[in-house]
Amino acid sequence: MSQATICEQKDLIANSGICAMVEGQQIALFYLPKETPQVYAIGNWDPIGKANVLSRGMVGDINQRLVVASPLYKQHFDLQTGECLEDNEQSVPVYKVELTANKVVLTL
Amino acid sequence: MLKVVVVGNGMVGHHYIEQLVASSVEAEITVIGGEPRPAYDRVHLSEFFAGRSPEDLALTTREHYIEIGVEAHFGDPVARIDRDSKTVTTEAGRSFGYDKLVLATGSYPFVPPVPGNDHDPCVVYRTIDDLGNIKAQAEGAKIGVVVGGGLLGLEAANAVQNLGLETHVVEFAPGLMGVQLDAGGSGMLRRKIEALGVKVHTSKATEIIEASDHGNTRLLMKFADGGSLATDMIVFSAGIRPFDQLARDSGLVVGERGGIEIDYHCKTSDSDIFAIGECALFGGRIFGLVAPGYRMAESAVSQLCDDKQSFQGADMSTKLKLLGVDVGSIGDAHGREEGSIAYTFSDERIEVYKRLIVSADGKKLLGAVLVGDCSDYDTLLQYFLNGIDLPADPETLILPYNAGQAPALGASALPATATICSCHNVTKGDIVDAMDAGFYALGDIKGETKASTGCGGCAALLKNIVDDEMSARGLDVDKSICEHFSYTRQELFHLIKVGSIKTFEQLLEKHGRGRGCDICKPAAGSILASLWNDYVLDENHVGLQDTNDTFLANMQKNGTYSVVPRVAGGEITPDKLIVLGEVAKKYNLYTKITGGQRIDLFGARVQHLPAIWKELVEAGFETGHAYGKALRTVKSCVGSTWCRYGVQDSVAMALYIENRYKGLRAPHKFKSAVSGCTRECAEAQSKDFGVIATENGWNLFVGGNGGMKPRHGELFATDLDDQTLIKYIDRFLMFYVRTADRLQRTSVWMSNLEGGLEYLQQVVIEDSLGIAAELDAQMDNIVGTYQCEWKTTIENPERMKRFQQFVNADAEDDQIVFVQERGQPRPATEEERLQLMEESA
Ligand code: SRM
Ligand SMILES: Cc1cc2nc3c(=O)[nH]c(=O)nc-3n(C[C@H](O)[C@H](O)[C@H](O)COP(=O)(O)OP(=O)(O)OC[C@H]3O[C@@H](n4cnc5c(N)ncnc54)[C@H](O)[C@@H]3O)c2cc1C
Ligand code: SF4
Ligand code: FES
Repeated sequence: MSQATICEQKDLIANSGICAMVEGQQIALFYLPKETPQVYAIGNWDPIGKANVLSRGMVGDINQRLVVASPLYKQHFDLQTGECLEDNEQSVPVYKVELTANKVVLTL
Repeated sequence: MLKVVVVGNGMVGHHYIEQLVASSVEAEITVIGGEPRPAYDRVHLSEFFAGRSPEDLALTTREHYIEIGVEAHFGDPVARIDRDSKTVTTEAGRSFGYDKLVLATGSYPFVPPVPGNDHDPCVVYRTIDDLGNIKAQAEGAKIGVVVGGGLLGLEAANAVQNLGLETHVVEFAPGLMGVQLDAGGSGMLRRKIEALGVKVHTSKATEIIEASDHGNTRLLMKFADGGSLATDMIVFSAGIRPFDQLARDSGLVVGERGGIEIDYHCKTSDSDIFAIGECALFGGRIFGLVAPGYRMAESAVSQLCDDKQSFQGADMSTKLKLLGVDVGSIGDAHGREEGSIAYTFSDERIEVYKRLIVSADGKKLLGAVLVGDCSDYDTLLQYFLNGIDLPADPETLILPYNAGQAPALGASALPATATICSCHNVTKGDIVDAMDAGFYALGDIKGETKASTGCGGCAALLKNIVDDEMSARGLDVDKSICEHFSYTRQELFHLIKVGSIKTFEQLLEKHGRGRGCDICKPAAGSILASLWNDYVLDENHVGLQDTNDTFLANMQKNGTYSVVPRVAGGEITPDKLIVLGEVAKKYNLYTKITGGQRIDLFGARVQHLPAIWKELVEAGFETGHAYGKALRTVKSCVGSTWCRYGVQDSVAMALYIENRYKGLRAPHKFKSAVSGCTRECAEAQSKDFGVIATENGWNLFVGGNGGMKPRHGELFATDLDDQTLIKYIDRFLMFYVRTADRLQRTSVWMSNLEGGLEYLQQVVIEDSLGIAAELDAQMDNIVGTYQCEWKTTIENPERMKRFQQFVNADAEDDQIVFVQERGQPRPATEEERLQLMEESA
C-alpha cells in the first residue's frame, strides 16, 4: 500500500469531478462538500463506454446511493462501491481517499 | 440432487435455466449448447447490421453460468440420447447422465432443394455465425436476393439493405407475409416496401441457381416462368424446420412434418424428457415465436415443483417493424371462421391498411391486420385476448380519429386477467396487486412485476393502467421528473420563476429531496438559464450541466470532443474558412460539413479545447451551442440576392434570426431555416420553426421535426412583415420554453398541446391568455444578455482548471488513439486501439 498526495482542496470542483494520474492509473475524484466523507475516488475508465470519462460525469443520488452518471451512455456507478446500478456485471475500482489539512491523499 | 441436462442454449433453453435456478427446485444443471457461444438475443439479430456487436446481443455469459452454479459446455453438440442408461453423448464423445432431460434445440432454416443452392454466395440467416457469412459474402457485392417473403425473409431483406446492397425479395406465394396478413394487408406492405427501394417478386418458383459467367454478378437465378435474376448473393429464408433428429433417433414420437410432440406439461413420449421452444410440436403446431417458448419453459420448470402449470398453446399475434414499416397481425387474420364479418380501411395516400374480423353477431373481435399504422394494436389485442364486447360500431376502432369518435379502450375496461406484458406474462391483476402492496411509482411496479422489462412494447399500456388505477384510487398520477422532485418540468419552471429561485441548492431545499441526479439537474439548469440567462459555468451551475454543457463541446465515443463554431445562416467568408482549416491542421482534428450547414471539427482532447477556442474567438467565431439544449442552426438558401426565383433576402433573415435566438436555453434543442421562395431549398418545413418567403412577406411554419420521427411544420401565419414575424417567433419560443416537458421537441409538444395549432395561434396572435407582454419582455431580456460562453470561459483563468486532463500531471490520456483514414484522423476501433497500445508498449 502506498499513499500519495494528489492535489490541494482548492483544486477540487464542488459537486463535480476532476481526474488524477496515480502510478499510471487514471482516477476520478469527486468533491461533495455537503457529504461525509467529502471526497470520493473511483477509476476513470468507463467499462461500458470504453473511454476515460467518468470524472466528467454528473453526480447525484439514486435510492440514497451516491452515484456518478457516465457522460457517454448514462449508466450510474456507485461512488462508494463502484457498482454499476444498471448492470450488475460491471463495476469500477474504488480507492481510499482522504481530505486532510486541505490536501487530497489517496491510498493505492 | 436432481440432475437436469438441457440440450441447446438458445433463447428458450436459457430462459428455462433462469427459471429453474430461480425456483425452489434443488437441481444440478448442465447445459450443452451446439453453438460456440452462450445464449444470445436472436430476435434482435438484425441489429448487428445496424451496429450492435455480438456482446450486445448476449443474454448471458460463461462467467454468469459459473456464478449461478450451472455447468455449461459450448460448441460440442449432443449426438445421441441413450434413454435406457439416461445419458447423452456429444459429438466429441463426452457423456452426461440425467434424471430429467430438456430438449431446447430450436430449429434451422429450410433451404429449398433447388440445384445450385450450395454455391458459396448462398447463405442462411439464423445465428451469429451466419451474420459473419452474410457480411463476408456482401463484401464487393452489389445485389442481394432473399428467397422467402415471410416475416424472417423481410428481416433478412432489411439486413441486406442495411449492408448497402440492391435488395430483392423472391417469394413463391402470391403475397408477402401470407401467414400473418390477408391479401389487402400484404398488398399495402408490398407497396411500402417497394417505396423503400426493395424489389419484390411474387409467385416465383426458383428452378436452378447457376454460377454466372457473364456480366459482373456472381449468380443467375432461373425461375419456372422463364424469367431470371442476376445477383451476387442469396439469403435463404424460406421457413424453419425443427431440430428433431436427436429425438427421432432415440425413438421419441415426432410429428409427421417434424417437431418433437409434447403434451400439456411439455413432456415428450418419454416422461423424463421435456421439449420446449421451436423444436417442440404442440397440438400439431410449431410456435415460431419467443414468447410461447418462454411459456413452455416456465411450464416445464413447474412440473418439477408442487404448483404445476400446464401449457395451453399460445397466442401468435405479432407486432413488428419490418424495414421500418409497422405491421400487426392478431388472431384469425384471414377471416377463416364461418360467418365472420370483415371491416376494411385503406388509405393509399398515407399507405395505411387496417382490417377487422368480427364474429357473426358483431360482438367479438376474431382477428385484425394492421399495416403502416400499429397505434391501435394494443387496444385491439386486448379486445381479442379478453373477449371484451365490441362497441356497437366496430369500424370506429380502425377509422381515422376525426371521422368517428373512436372509443379507444380505456385501461379501466380491461378485466383483471388481461395480459399486459406478454414477455413476462404479467396481467392487469398482477399490476393492481403490486399497487395494493404499496408500489405506486412506475419504476417500482416494473421491478416488482417485471412488466415492461423485456421488449418494452407494453410500456405505454402499463403506464395507462397505472395512471388509471391511481386516479381510480383518488391518488395523484405521478408525473414527477425523477425521485428528487414530485413536479413536472412545467411546474418546476413556475416554482423557480415565482420564487425567484436562482440556484439548484435553493430549489432542492425548498421543493425537493435528496441530492439531485442527472435528470433533474440539467432540467433545472436549463430552466435557470432560460429565466435568468447567467453564464452556464458559473460556480452555482457547474454541477448541473451534462458533460457537453460543462465542457462546451460534445463528447465523442472515445472521450474526445467536437468543436462546432457558429456559422450563422451557413454563410462564411473565405478567410474564416481558412482559419477553420488551419486550426484543424494544428490540432489534428477531423473535419466534416454537418447536416446543419456548418463545419464540425472532431477529436479535440479536453485540454486542447481552450486553446482551440482562443484561436477561433480571435478570428471572430462564436460558440455554435452544438452541445446545448438551445438554438442549433438556422439554415438558409441563397435567396433573392443570387437565385433567379428568390422573392426575399432569405440569408439576411436567417442571419437575423440566428443571432437573435443564439444562446437561448430550451427544453430541447431547436432548429430553424429560411427559404427564399416556395421551392423551399432550406427545408424550413422540417424545422421547429421555419420561414418561407412570399411575394408579400413571410410565411411562418411551426412544430416541424426531422430526426427520429419526422413531422412537417404547420402553417402558423402568412404574409407577415419582418416585425410581426419576429414577434410571433419570440412568443412561440417563450411559450414553448415555459410549458414543454423536459427533452420535448416542439413537434411533440405541439402534438400534445390541447387545442393544437388553433390554440397556439390564439395565445400568440390574439393573446388569449394575456401573457404576450410578459413573453415579449422575457425574450428581450435574454436577447439583451447574450454572451458567447467560450469567450467568457477563455477570459477567466479560474474556469480553465476544468480543462486539465490531470490535476496532478502534465500528460495525455494515452488510451485515446487515432488512426488515419481518407487523409484524416479517426478514433481507433477497440481492436485497433489494443493492438496499437501493445505495439507501442
Ligand atoms: C454533426 C451532425 C451530423 C453531421 O455530421 O452532419 C449531428 C450530430 C449529432 N446529432 Fe444530429 N447532427 C447533425 C444534424 C442533425 C439534423 C439535420 C439538421 O439539423 O438539419 C437532424 C434532423 C433535424 C431535426 O433535428 O429535426 C439531427 C437529428 C438529431 C437527433 C434527433 C432529434 C429528434 O428530434 O428526433 C438527435 C438526438 C437528440 O437530440 O436527442 C441528434 C443528436 C446528435 C448528436 C448530438 C448525438 C450525440 O449525443 O453525440 C451528434 C453529436 C454532434 C457533435 O458531436 O458535434 N441529432 N441532427 C449534424 C450537426 C448539425 C450542426 O451543424 O449543428
Ligand atoms: C432473424 C430472426 C428474427 C426473429 N424475430 C422474432 C421476433 O421479432 N419475435 C419473436 O417472437 N420471434 C422472432 N424470431 C424467432 C425466435 O428467435 C425463436 O422463436 C427463438 O429463438 C426460439 O428459441 P429456441 O431456444 O427454441 O431456439 P434457438 O434460439 O434456435 O436455440 C436452439 C439452440 O440449440 C442448439 N442446438 C440444436 N441442436 C443441438 C444439439 N444437438 N446439441 C446442442 N445444441 C443444439 C442450436 O444450435 C441453438 O443454439 C426471430 C428469429 C430470427 C432468426
Ligand atoms: S450524427 Fe446523427 S445520425 Fe449520425 S450517428 Fe450521430 S446521431 Fe446518428
Ligand atoms: S411485452 Fe415485452 S416487455 Fe412487456
